Amino acid sequence: MGTLTEEIFSRRLGRRVQAGDVVVAAVDYAMAHDVTGPLAIEAFRTLNAPLWDPERVILVFDHILPANTVAAAGLHRMIRDFADEFGVRNVFQEGICHQVMVERGFARPGGIIVGADSHSTTYGALGCFSAGMGPTDIAVTFATGKTWFRVPETIRIELRGGLPPGVLAKDLALQVIRRLGAEGANYLAVEWGGEAVAAMTIAQRLTLANLTVDFGGKAGLCEPDEATRAYLGEAEVSDLHPIRPAYRELVEVDAQRLEPQVACPPAIDNVQDLSAVEGIALDEVFVGSCTNGRLEDLAIVAGYFQGRQVSPRTRTIVVPASKEVYLQALAAGYIQTFMEAGAIVMNAGCGPCLGRQHGVLGPGERALSTSNRNYAGRMGSPQAEIYLANPAVAAASALAGAIADPRRVA
Amino acid sequence: MARIFKFADGISTDAIIPGRYNVTTDRAALGKACFVEARPDFSGAAKPGDVIVAGRNFGCGSSREHAPLAIQAAGIGAVIARSFARIFYRNAINIGLPVIQCDQIYDSVSDGDPIEVDVRSGRILTGGRSFGGATPGQVALAIMEAGTLIELIKTRGWAAIEDMSAAR
Ligand code: SF4
Repeated sequence: MGTLTEEIFSRRLGRRVQAGDVVVAAVDYAMAHDVTGPLAIEAFRTLNAPLWDPERVILVFDHILPANTVAAAGLHRMIRDFADEFGVRNVFQEGICHQVMVERGFARPGGIIVGADSHSTTYGALGCFSAGMGPTDIAVTFATGKTWFRVPETIRIELRGGLPPGVLAKDLALQVIRRLGAEGANYLAVEWGGEAVAAMTIAQRLTLANLTVDFGGKAGLCEPDEATRAYLGEAEVSDLHPIRPAYRELVEVDAQRLEPQVACPPAIDNVQDLSAVEGIALDEVFVGSCTNGRLEDLAIVAGYFQGRQVSPRTRTIVVPASKEVYLQALAAGYIQTFMEAGAIVMNAGCGPCLGRQHGVLGPGERALSTSNRNYAGRMGSPQAEIYLANPAVAAASALAGAIADPRRVA
Repeated sequence: MARIFKFADGISTDAIIPGRYNVTTDRAALGKACFVEARPDFSGAAKPGDVIVAGRNFGCGSSREHAPLAIQAAGIGAVIARSFARIFYRNAINIGLPVIQCDQIYDSVSDGDPIEVDVRSGRILTGGRSFGGATPGQVALAIMEAGTLIELIKTRGWAAIEDMSAAR
């Protein structure tokens, strides 16, 4: 009985769990990456405890890959030493942690996962309760296999109607953030439903679940369905539905009336219709991240770049979310298209999203990114400006060298 | 006497410690880099026990625990905000940095004002006025008693928190 979140926790604990309950629950996996990992490992070592289960600890090198400074290389080394010492074999350097968690099959309907990264909400797209936590919480899970939760109440978001051309899952999420504000779902779970979600691919649902944390959500869930089953390649995916759920709030969005949305600097909830910001000149366009770096996103961009050149005054950087995505994009010819169009293609990982390695912005520069954060200083200089939009808008903007409407690319 | 450092709404973990400065677990280095771009004089000016008073959604964004660690290492004794982003709030409690949610104080204080905070009761005294901040929940209280989450788990295990849920 209850919301997807209450259902998942009730099953896990073998008793009826309701929003507001404080529970200690066993988790399926605990993940950390190359930025949060070192703190988690240090905290874990102070516990003086054995590792709970080396098969259920996931370590991903993605934020600074390959290491760009001596300090970063030292931290990578420390993570590798930890993995060797405790027999952790799930160590990956093949893409963004969240994409890897999904591709490698760790995220499953009805599962519970904690990750030392805020966008761990992403796996909710498959009906998995997954929440981002800090390294200390993850360290305790490394030792015990458990964590504590205050089971959250849920905001249900009903996305009605079909998506018009040029409008993608990203725009629906940005529209919701525009309406609810940057802390609209703070401490709450979000359920994404309605016919627009039912019609979405898993890649699009991953975008919705991913962006849930950017308006404060603890988890962002989609009900598993046929598409989920097909994606996981299994006949059997345990039935999971909200059953007579009591929602804290119901939000309805009419997808049909939407135009592409752009989150303007310096906050995710400073969202405008695309038409309000068209023509703003850009120094960089970044296509990638755990929000929009999947094959479908790259396919959209390649479609616009085919036979065209990106603006020479704008750096256009494409970063596939994972090695898997990279290989598929290669096979489909997208990578060649990007390079022929004049874009820079970089290795799978977080890329310029967090301003720590390549693609860093200088003072006064403006970027348009398909990622999820536009705080001052996020991608480099605090005097740089970041606009967030969907991959079609990014593609059109890269061609124009300024924010542009993909529906008007001839 | 402790003094106030006042911050606006929506202070992100990127503002508290930018990505380029958290490639370390060294507490002193993190403390030095606290607000390095958003408020470069901060780490030099903050004295042990000083207090941050901030607006809404303090600590939004990335889950980097480097953010509360940097604030703690800079000497800050407590953070008071109109509201906190969830992960920051939990991280701060886990490492023993007191966080107090209080809406009324924000408009009554200025940068540099003297302030006294009782982190256990949430009582705040400043400018001859007293404010009541929201006390943390049971779990946070248990962690505060132990000092950090690590200490709580080390000494009492999950039973410390499981007992609470059973008592509900
Ligand atoms: S792509 Fe960006 S938002 Fe996603 S995990 Fe990497 S740094 Fe974080």
